[in-house]
Amino acid sequence: MGAVTPCGNSVQETWQGVCAGLSGIGNITKFDTTDFKTKIAGELKRFDPLQFATKSEVRRLDDFIIYAVAASVMALEDAGLSIDAGNGERSGVIIGTAIGGISTIEKEKETIMREGPRKISPFSAPSCLPNLAAGYVSIRHGLKGPINCAVTACAAGTDSIGGAFRLIADGYADVMIAGGAEAAITPLTVGGFNVMRALSTHNDEPEKASRPFDRDRNGLVLGEGSGLVVLEALPVALNRGAKIYAEVVGYGSTSDAFHMAAPPPGHEGAARCMAVALKDAGMRPEDIEYINAHGTSTQLNDLYETQAVKRVFGEHSRSLAVGSTKSMTGHLLGAAGGIEAIFAVKSIDDGIIPPTINLDHPDPECDLDYVPHTARIVPVHTAMSCTFGFGGANAVLIFKQFED
Amino acid sequence: MTLEEKVIAIIVEQLDVTKEECLPEASFIDDLGADSLDLVELIMEMEETFGLTIADSELEKIRTIKDVIDFLRSKGVS
Repeated sequence: MGAVTPCGNSVQETWQGVCAGLSGIGNITKFDTTDFKTKIAGELKRFDPLQFATKSEVRRLDDFIIYAVAASVMALEDAGLSIDAGNGERSGVIIGTAIGGISTIEKEKETIMREGPRKISPFSAPSCLPNLAAGYVSIRHGLKGPINCAVTACAAGTDSIGGAFRLIADGYADVMIAGGAEAAITPLTVGGFNVMRALSTHNDEPEKASRPFDRDRNGLVLGEGSGLVVLEALPVALNRGAKIYAEVVGYGSTSDAFHMAAPPPGHEGAARCMAVALKDAGMRPEDIEYINAHGTSTQLNDLYETQAVKRVFGEHSRSLAVGSTKSMTGHLLGAAGGIEAIFAVKSIDDGIIPPTINLDHPDPECDLDYVPHTARIVPVHTAMSCTFGFGGANAVLIFKQFED
Repeated sequence: MTLEEKVIAIIVEQLDVTKEECLPEASFIDDLGADSLDLVELIMEMEETFGLTIADSELEKIRTIKDVIDFLRSKGVS
């Protein structure tokens, strides 16, 4: 697994940070926020792209591509896997994103207006494209198998891993790098979300702004980064003595068919999605121990997601740990599903459930066990990751402890 | 800095090559590993630095570092 997030520039650093309940949210430094209602976000900190890419690559490629490359290098290193002529054609990549090269689009539009179209960089067109994270990772590592890019907004990372899971299960690939990448902390994104009133404006205390399930939550906090996992067919993994963190056992995808940006009361589509994933995994609701929730810190999502969990899990919802790591990382949009799959897997591997921080006064209607304030040290055998995107796109993955 | 030194500095920066590799006869594509997009970006940087415009037809004639320097000289850059 590999990741660069607002909480750390590796899986290890990020995991340590979220288990310690540390927030990665701060003031936006990427652009002048004077005219913007929201001035906070989860930016990467002290990330050195030159550790993973050449100066030319950093200059030419949008940040979301660079983040994916960095995460992919760390993921393959962690997996102890090299891709070569022997396995290249059976190794593929699916990296999702909500908006891809948005900062390149904004920058080059300014270039046209200021200097004319001749001054646009020749690398800008490819750099804008959402599939270029997958594309460039494939170039860097020689991945010649299936390639794709889920673009289901906040569900894209989860759908990418789900798609990769299916390709391996159906025999089309032995290895898939999958997850999400996003670098959308830009004027257009922040401004666009602001006029929708989707973002928290808690600028005075950035670290307290993302407060999922809390009575005083007032919107989501954007984050950036990339989270990628290396999925491998079991016989291939066993054959090379791979370190197996967990097993992917179920994946669900459903649509709300309701509204462009808001979930319906009760979030019926999300409930169905969890049920579809459970059925795919051959599991009952009682088999799940931990849910890494979508938990965006918006009025509607957190309430309706709670209702959906209760509908699916019934009595068992009282015994579930339902945490939102977005309280610390912020919402990484297309990359959220990628990093949150990593958190679900780590919870199984380490037996630690990261907390939901800033849960000072739970919303009375949000009454599940959200693992408030402090991480919980307890064995985890099964974990579910839920992400729900604009357009009513729901995606759920289920992970299980691997037993030989 | 002489014109040669300025040109080589740009090439080193843009193509991730070393000064030592930048011999006058070095071909951008065959010796310095540049592809067509690299070349376009390189020429744009030259345009920016030396304040001139290079037409696509003129670009076709530029194969080596010497070609670039000769071309710039012919446009009055020194």
